[in-house]
Amino acid sequence: MTMPAQTDWSVETKTRTSTLFLGVAVVVVIVAAFAPFYASRSLIQDLFFILTMLVLAQGWNLLAGYAGLVSVGQQAFVGIGAYAMFSGVILLELDPVVSILLGGIAAALLAIPAAFFTFRLQGAYFAIGTWVVAEIVRLLVAQWKMLGGGTGTSLPRSASREMFGIEFLKDTFGFKTSAAADVVTYWLALALAVATIGVVYWLLRSRQGLGLAAVRDNQNAARSVGVDAQRIKAIVYLSTAFITGLAGALIYVQKARISPDAAFSVLDWTAYVIFIVVIGGIGTIEGPIIGVLVFFALQNTLSGYGSWYLLVLGLLGILIMLFAPRGLWGLFTDRTGIELFPIRRRLTGGPLKKSSKGGPHG
Amino acid sequence: MIWLDTIVQGVLLGGLYALFAAGLSLVFGIMRLVNLAHGDLIVMAAYLILVLVTLLGLDPFVAALIAAPILFGIGWLLQMHVLNRTLGTDILPPLLVTFGLSIVIQNALLEGFSADSQRLSVGPLETASLPLGPVTVGVMPLLTFLSAILVIVALNQLFYRTSLGRAFRATSDDATTASLMGIRPQNIFATATGIAMVVVTIAALYLGTRANFDPTIGPARLIYAFEAVIIGGLGSLWGTLAGGIIIGVAQTLGAAINPEWQILAGHIAFVIVLLLKPRGLFPRAVD
Amino acid sequence: MALLQTQNLTAHYGDFQALFGVDIRLEEGETVAIIGANGAGKTTLMRSIAGVLKNQAEAITFDADKIGASHAADVLQKGIAMVPEGRKLFPSLSVEENLLIGAYGRKGNGPWTLETIYQMFPVLQERRNNPGTALSGGQQQMVAIGRALMSNPRVLLCDEISLGLAPVIIKDIYAALPKIKETGTSIVVVEQDIGQALKVADRVYCMMEGRITLEGSPSDLSRDAIHNAYFGASA
Repeated sequence: MTMPAQTDWSVETKTRTSTLFLGVAVVVVIVAAFAPFYASRSLIQDLFFILTMLVLAQGWNLLAGYAGLVSVGQQAFVGIGAYAMFSGVILLELDPVVSILLGGIAAALLAIPAAFFTFRLQGAYFAIGTWVVAEIVRLLVAQWKMLGGGTGTSLPRSASREMFGIEFLKDTFGFKTSAAADVVTYWLALALAVATIGVVYWLLRSRQGLGLAAVRDNQNAARSVGVDAQRIKAIVYLSTAFITGLAGALIYVQKARISPDAAFSVLDWTAYVIFIVVIGGIGTIEGPIIGVLVFFALQNTLSGYGSWYLLVLGLLGILIMLFAPRGLWGLFTDRTGIELFPIRRRLTGGPLKKSSKGGPHG
Repeated sequence: MIWLDTIVQGVLLGGLYALFAAGLSLVFGIMRLVNLAHGDLIVMAAYLILVLVTLLGLDPFVAALIAAPILFGIGWLLQMHVLNRTLGTDILPPLLVTFGLSIVIQNALLEGFSADSQRLSVGPLETASLPLGPVTVGVMPLLTFLSAILVIVALNQLFYRTSLGRAFRATSDDATTASLMGIRPQNIFATATGIAMVVVTIAALYLGTRANFDPTIGPARLIYAFEAVIIGGLGSLWGTLAGGIIIGVAQTLGAAINPEWQILAGHIAFVIVLLLKPRGLFPRAVD
Repeated sequence: MALLQTQNLTAHYGDFQALFGVDIRLEEGETVAIIGANGAGKTTLMRSIAGVLKNQAEAITFDADKIGASHAADVLQKGIAMVPEGRKLFPSLSVEENLLIGAYGRKGNGPWTLETIYQMFPVLQERRNNPGTALSGGQQQMVAIGRALMSNPRVLLCDEISLGLAPVIIKDIYAALPKIKETGTSIVVVEQDIGQALKVADRVYCMMEGRITLEGSPSDLSRDAIHNAYFGASA
């Protein structure tokens, strides 16, 4: 192999569309941040739901779509995050907003023994292992009598009413207490969603992200060039647990009522999340964003049909997985070639020549 | 004496868990497919038996005999037309498709049979018991355990003594070379899932006669089955029985101390075994 | 018409083209050798005929059937068995089970049974209950040949059966081919070992870079012609 004499190659990840998109994204976030001043309270609540589900979906996508860790036990981290937040408010008398951090930390701490245990299970068995972890935590939490045991408990009204920021919103903009609480949680959800996407994007573009892609493509080959697969996977697992725990805590600040069955629900915190990622497009940052909007639309129009709705959701997920495994966003990029969050490194410049030989010998 | 009794009950319960696990283990052994809908398929089979009992006034045992070939067919078709498409080096498609299937089955059952719990009645057999040395055991739990042993013996015979069993093992080793022997891997996989569904029918019969069931209990059965398989060591059916017994005994002991600890005790036994023996109690030499 | 024939056979691995319009034929009862360097496309040709690689149906005809698009299992049932490169014994199966699985797709009877295979390779009977992969390379090759014969094929494809074996062992393995030929089986031998191939073959094809570069009977071909066909004229 001879190198071309002129080495005017350069490695790029940006595309023109993505630069343009960055501008649009900034505008969208600003418009969203001001939503409480022009949108109805129910719209704010809907947006809160969309944003928190988006955070969970980005987390699961990072695990399954990039690190190859297919978890069906993310409810463990939602639940422990929510319960840690409740314990912070009820037992330590912390402000709920501060206590959300406790949720993230508790989830990350849980992830350490959980990883130690589930990482022993290969491939598909890892998935069920994560489920076992979630079940164990749910059953243990149900024994925690101070937080209501199996029946659960509510946040003290005073804690919700005196939450950080409410006083300011009431005094400055004249919000009612309950509306102000929704605004605080909404802003936190928006911040968390933006931060999550930012962190995922940064991670995937970093050296670690390149290592992750190498591991996903071929674990042995990646190891031979010095990529420590287990370490990278553990980092991803822990960070995702932290983000998921924060989201769980935030969701339950808004719900203000908790029970083990709801906080550790595999349907709400894993099945829906997987559906969002699968329908939007696994292994992309754009996918979960599309997916959560589709999911919200379906939820709003069909959820009145109860189990029929879930049946359709399940079937839709199966069909997408079988016939369009890269989801709606995958279909879109195949047609248009547009990437909004480009993370692939593209070689530009230099005389590109197609490799002339390859494939198995014989 | 109460402890001995508890342990014996736990061992017999382990037979039920081994029945849950045998189908999962069979399918994983041959095509490396982990079916997340396995528990829901067991519950679905229990409902099929229930329908046959109710509509035709059959005895549950006879109904299971009729249900078995139907479920074989369902398993065959499911594998041939859905799951075979997901097999490959990527573990995501089979996991996500079977996860979706789990949701579909649960909600289809909810729609068809409501959330009310059901039970298969076997009349006086339900309460019949036998003195067995110092303890008394129920006839149904004993029958469950003996059936588990019978199923394992039968599956081992099939695996190691028949032409189909050789084809199973050859395809599991190397599907491409197996096709050079005139084997169609797709058919072999479909047949394996069909046979797993026959085992599922037997598991469903004892699940439905032992306790109440409703459409939502499938995932928990999947988890018990999974724990039994992992404790036993992948690929060993007798190991799976041992795994089932460990979960069963842990659960009955936990329940004897505090009824709320029954399920938790089983999970904790699983975690302890996995930490001490990461490859299970009876790992296969070649993998 | 020949028993087995390829017409303008091509094969691709992704973007890489491995075969460029290969035409070969095999007559009833004939032994044909295909020689060529590593990477010439010999194994790809064998895998195409055996149905592992799919093709246009009419690219391969066998006994007037178009089999180019057939599944490997169907190709075997029609009467073409392959000894794959690298032997590919099933590690979970004993020696005897490896032989028995060869008869899985068999239709009807023929000269080859466990008994006649054991007569040809007595050492396999001694080790019949060992795992196939516990045997020496030469013995494994015997199992692989026996396994393919158990289907009583009309055509036996042997892909690099001397690869990685000591010369004395290669001689033993090749001693079996005339016995197989006696039963009326047509044989295709793919070899890098030209000497062995020329000894057993009625006719020889030489391949280079996915094309047939030479065809003839062993006695007609000069050393130089083979050398040129094998390595290219400039070499």
